[in-house]
Amino acid sequence: MWRKLLLVVGFALLPLAAARATLEITITHGVSTAAPVAIVPFAWEVQGPPPATDVAAVVSADLTRSGRFKAIPVKSMLEKPTEASAINFTNWRVLGVDDLVIGRIKPAGSGNLQAEFQLFNVYTGRQLMGLSVLTPPQNLRWTAHKISDLIYQKLTGQRGAFATRIAYVEVLRKSGKESHYALVVADSDGFNPQTVFSSDEPIMSPDWSPDGKYLAYVSFEDQRQAIYIQDIYTGRRQLISERRGINSAPVFSPDGKSLAMVLSSSPDNPDIYVMNLATHALRRITHSDAIDTEPAWSPDGQSLYFTSDRGGSPQIYKVNLNGGRPQRITFDGNYNARARISPDGHALAMVHRENGHLRIAVMNLSTGALLTLTDGDLDKSPSFAPNGSMIIYEATYRGQGVLKEVSVDGQVRERLSETQPDVSVHMPVWGPFLSQ
Amino acid sequence: MKALRYGLMLLAVAVFLAGCAKTVQPVTAPPAATAAPAATTASTTSAAAAPVQAQISPLDDPNNILYKKVVYFDFDKSNIKPEFLDMLTAHAKYLIAHPNQKIRIEGYTDERGTWEYNIALGDRRAQSVRRFLLFQGVNPDQISTISYGEAHAVCHEHTRPCWAKNRRAVLVYLNQ
Repeated sequence: MWRKLLLVVGFALLPLAAARATLEITITHGVSTAAPVAIVPFAWEVQGPPPATDVAAVVSADLTRSGRFKAIPVKSMLEKPTEASAINFTNWRVLGVDDLVIGRIKPAGSGNLQAEFQLFNVYTGRQLMGLSVLTPPQNLRWTAHKISDLIYQKLTGQRGAFATRIAYVEVLRKSGKESHYALVVADSDGFNPQTVFSSDEPIMSPDWSPDGKYLAYVSFEDQRQAIYIQDIYTGRRQLISERRGINSAPVFSPDGKSLAMVLSSSPDNPDIYVMNLATHALRRITHSDAIDTEPAWSPDGQSLYFTSDRGGSPQIYKVNLNGGRPQRITFDGNYNARARISPDGHALAMVHRENGHLRIAVMNLSTGALLTLTDGDLDKSPSFAPNGSMIIYEATYRGQGVLKEVSVDGQVRERLSETQPDVSVHMPVWGPFLSQ
Repeated sequence: MKALRYGLMLLAVAVFLAGCAKTVQPVTAPPAATAAPAATTASTTSAAAAPVQAQISPLDDPNNILYKKVVYFDFDKSNIKPEFLDMLTAHAKYLIAHPNQKIRIEGYTDERGTWEYNIALGDRRAQSVRRFLLFQGVNPDQISTISYGEAHAVCHEHTRPCWAKNRRAVLVYLNQ
């Protein structure tokens, strides 16, 4: 009965249609400085069998994925307390664990659940945090991500970004041909993937609105390039631009009121434009005979960074929207493209060509110093987590397009791969913090 | 237990309650086959312009230069290399002789670049072919262009020979 309810309610609550194959996470490069933590399996104090979601396992995976923590395996635990009174801190000190989380899930009336958890410092034995979270049963996994966010923030001082979403483009290849494209939205750990749009023609360049409710993207469904904005909860789409020539690289302004994009309709040459989304009025921002593309907003919405080959090779430039000449930002190497700015505005992530390999690099915007974060051959499409701690990007692994994440210091890398061998994933974009 | 503070938070993800949406799955026309363009183009024009009697269009005749419809480019380049000039000149003459015939020039790149920059580079390749045809006297109304960038690659290995096959502009003769 309970399982049945979960399925029915779960389906009704799914914002989107067909569920997809889930991405698998492999941590490929960890750090020894990660702080050991223990998340004890939560007690299940509700009638009926425990749910498929193991809250403690989700929290452990989240914290480990951040690279800041290393959750010890359940089988190493000397005790599995679910109440504060049952904790023997000596049992955790001998394991070298810094912090301990225990919890329990109780019925909360009207079919809801109450997930209680407590965070302890193992050395002082003091409770650092204790909260109870009310949740419908079908949102238990999302609630686990919210618990991870709270623990991460308590321990690091930085807001957690586990209860966020990513979007990406899946390409299905049948007998060597790209046969189907899907725009997919998933939780930040790749779970719960949902197709929001699919087509037999290419889909490119998804970008989240600042409220996380809309995706802008490029579709070739009419055998022309066109930019759409889609409400991911209702599926309703709005055609934004289908002008002659190029219609590409849409990006929402930080206030969500404008969309920067690349058009080539008036001269046959791509330039950056900004559209007011209320009036659809267009303002042309760049005026060069060169390629100008891949706009990215500064967090204050006052400038755009973009890629241009006006100097002979693709480099990143910055233009102030209130006027003035574009100013060149990158000088290292002969290919620096597709900038994305960190949420605090201090760093610029880009695709940087190094000895013929495309890699993700970050530039410190105050000093100009460049740091290459990745070591692949075809690493592209960097996108910052909303807390600025990680960058998600696309890479190749055994010939297949996969998603990877790297910490902004380059210390932690992990791979999210499709479980189906004929599916490649591309163009990941990390969504914003979501209001509760 | 007594130390437990109850901060009650409703994490129902209210936006999820907005409803169950359907997947938008537009019905798209199948892409025009690049290798097999309109077989009837020659026969629909005047007999004088169709020396091969409707049997096979020169566009489909493997012995005719018009059979070739792909121009290949060097890495990061969009200039037309000399070996493609005869082929493009023949297509220009054919288009001038068949003023109702329309073509679409599709520009493509290899995968060694960012998606959006590759759209611009593929566009530049298509424009380069378009400008050559216009220079030869083809009516601009006969030509449209599109760039797919690195999408629709014909070769999927991460190798130099494969990349060379993907850096291309394709002349697609459209059905009338």
